[in-house]
Amino acid sequence: MAKRESTFSSMVVTLFVVTIIAAGALGIVNDLTKDIIEAAKLKAKNKAIRNVLPAFDEIKGEFKIQPETGGDSLEFYPAYKEGKLVGVAVKTYTKKGFSGLITIMAGIGADGNFTGYEVLEHKETPGLGSKMGVWFKNPEKPRRMVIGKNPISSKFTVSKDGGDIDAITASTITSRAFLDALTKAYDTYEKKFKTTPGTAPVSANN
Amino acid sequence: MNQWKNFSKGLIKENPVFILLLGMCPTLGVTSSAINGLGMGLATTFVLVMSNIVVSMVKNHIPDKVRIPSFIVIIAAFVTIVQMLMQAYVPALYKSLGLFIPLIVVNCIVLGRAEAFASKNTPLSSTIDGLGMGFGFSFALTLLGAVREILGSGKIFDLPIYSEDYVTLLFVLPPGAFIVLAYLISIINRTKKA
Repeated sequence: MAKRESTFSSMVVTLFVVTIIAAGALGIVNDLTKDIIEAAKLKAKNKAIRNVLPAFDEIKGEFKIQPETGGDSLEFYPAYKEGKLVGVAVKTYTKKGFSGLITIMAGIGADGNFTGYEVLEHKETPGLGSKMGVWFKNPEKPRRMVIGKNPISSKFTVSKDGGDIDAITASTITSRAFLDALTKAYDTYEKKFKTTPGTAPVSANN
Repeated sequence: MNQWKNFSKGLIKENPVFILLLGMCPTLGVTSSAINGLGMGLATTFVLVMSNIVVSMVKNHIPDKVRIPSFIVIIAAFVTIVQMLMQAYVPALYKSLGLFIPLIVVNCIVLGRAEAFASKNTPLSSTIDGLGMGFGFSFALTLLGAVREILGSGKIFDLPIYSEDYVTLLFVLPPGAFIVLAYLISIINRTKKA
């Protein structure tokens, strides 16, 4: 078959047909994958919540609050076991990372201490700042641990700044950012639940 | 015999990374681990094969003056499909490759093969050419990723080999990509000559 000539009408028609077919194909694939993508996202989020909190039966009454320092809202996921609040997972973030945004899922137990954390997204240096995913929860190094502590009973700054937490070796900026995100989560949590450390939160329903 | 040549040339003789030095951006950017390199390579292979097939089928219907925009629309459609499929079925890999998946659209290997090969050959030859080039690209990225992961994280495909205390961090950082790539290219050139 001979090659089609490049006339104005043939070019317009060709481009039109090519884009229509491409758009149609994308529409079909989008329809097929939309629900699966949503399910995968939800699963990843639930897995993160499960990892940072003690065992629970259900999440209910999730809400968002803007932190006092402004910026995007934090997401709160109160978790219940047999009708009793066992903790709240907080999706928090900081923009002070060595390479910008870090988002963290942090768990705050009913006793007002951190029960766990998981780094969801970061662009920190591999092998240095990226160690924060394990560094602050090593039970053999209590000076690094944030789990079982909270920013009121301990000073949530790196030891170089006079705080109680040892920074990641060669990654002080990442460590500061990490603690900034946790402090932000805790301050917002505390304001909402009006707790004093060591006591159970008053209510999660308002 | 001829088809075997179409396939095998992409692996070593005209390897897109080691010999043609095409697609350097994902090559250097994502290969901090073997699995990232393999994932990126296979995603690109899919786009390469599919766009080669479609371009070789429609080549006679597309006027010369609008062939580049048409090819790009075809390639972009397949990249978006890959992106949605990866997001649905391998979300973890999708997250670690991040921005580099949509950037397959501007990967010069894909447009290069569409323009230089698929627009002049039959769908069968173009499929085989796409597979050869794609596997060559995947092989190169996986090799580069594996070397960087072994030297820089002490692991291979996430399996620890030796203690993290002895790794040379440089190799998972951007300069390591250039250094390892340079060594691999020189080794390949040396063995090709011999």
